[in-house]
Amino acid sequence: MNINATLIGQAIMFAIFVWFCMKIIWPPVIRALEARKQRIADGLAAAERGKLDLELAAKRSAEVLREAKEKAAEIIAQGEKLKTETLDQAKVTARDEAERIMIAARAEVGQEVSRARETLRQQVADLAVAGAAKILQREVDAKAHAELLSTLKQEL
Amino acid sequence: MATGALTSTEYIKHHLQNLTCGLQDGGFHCAHSAAEAKEMGFWAINVDTLGMSLVLGLFFLFLFRYVAKKATSGVPGGLQNFVEVMIEFIDNSVRGSFTGRNPLVAPLALTIFIWIFLMNLMDLVPIDFIPLAMQAMGLSHFKLVPTTDPNATIGLALGVFILVLFYSFKMKGVGGFIGELTLHPFCSFCLPVKFSLSPGNLLRILALIILIPVNFILEFVNLIAKPVSLALRLFGNMYAGEMIFILLALMGGAWAGASIANVTLFGSQVLLSLAWGIFHILIITLQAFIFMTLTIVYLDMAHQEHH
Repeated sequence: MNINATLIGQAIMFAIFVWFCMKIIWPPVIRALEARKQRIADGLAAAERGKLDLELAAKRSAEVLREAKEKAAEIIAQGEKLKTETLDQAKVTARDEAERIMIAARAEVGQEVSRARETLRQQVADLAVAGAAKILQREVDAKAHAELLSTLKQEL
Repeated sequence: MATGALTSTEYIKHHLQNLTCGLQDGGFHCAHSAAEAKEMGFWAINVDTLGMSLVLGLFFLFLFRYVAKKATSGVPGGLQNFVEVMIEFIDNSVRGSFTGRNPLVAPLALTIFIWIFLMNLMDLVPIDFIPLAMQAMGLSHFKLVPTTDPNATIGLALGVFILVLFYSFKMKGVGGFIGELTLHPFCSFCLPVKFSLSPGNLLRILALIILIPVNFILEFVNLIAKPVSLALRLFGNMYAGEMIFILLALMGGAWAGASIANVTLFGSQVLLSLAWGIFHILIITLQAFIFMTLTIVYLDMAHQEHH
């Protein structure tokens, strides 16, 4: 247990160890610790931001949903209106068409009647001529009596 | 346990003797007895102390360097976790007691804590294992615990003391440091001294002349007490702990055949060594921590400018 040069050696060794520790051990570990602290802080901030974003998105989605519902209701109402309108219009059109057809039909019928009447008149005239001829026992010259006949026709 | 040929006194003395080697009679050789070691004087070295310090210091450096190289900011592994815990613990201690800014202090504290802890830890190795192994290899003495050698603790305290002096001069300037040594704790009223012969001024000069030596003695003792207390506290605690292990080992060492007394002694040794060893775990950690904390505090004082 003598005091000797060991203490000098120990002090020198001490200095070298401290120097090594300061140069190659302390900085990387502290850097890693700082980096981790930063990463954790960033992660927490990101989580916070994510939560906020989620809330906003939820709010927005509710908004969009509400809007869509409104629009759908509007569209349905519009459709309903259009349907009634179309229906009414169709009714009107149909009525008009029916009337038109009826008028046309009536006209045709009128024509048909007059044509039939004409034919009838002709036939009656022919019958009358034939009857007269038979009665007169001779051939009546239709051409000679044309005037008479047409007067007759007119009277029928 | 002692070898049969040794008396208790010889056994204890053998355990307390370092492997002192030095240049003597024109050659390098190691002392075989305490007297021989003493004869070598100052220019000899305790090979065991330096060797164990070196091995343990390198162990610390390589272990921590290995981790530092692979340190990631991701999820740390087991070893990195341990190193990080140590470094954060030291960093917090330094932040807590060191008010200045100096990148040296925290690594210094880390080195002190781990290195002294490892050196103290050697105290828990059964005291005869290594000396007997070394004896088998031809070395007459081997003290495993460097901190039970006052040279080691004084060397450490000397390193700290040099840093304290260096930063005192650097932070306060030569004048500030001398002022701190001579104008404290008394005589803060002595300044400023003017070149006049008014009674108040003369009184102040007189007070200065009387109080400067008083202050210097007080402050100088205060200054010197720092390294001395650092060195002797660590040495004293470790030396005492080692001594108790040696004394406990003597109980079983008295073995002289299977008698009830011998068995009882042997059993007591085992139990007491175990108890003391468990208690000693606390002491070695505490001593390393105290050395580190006081180093931080002393350096903090060196950095503070008082007036």
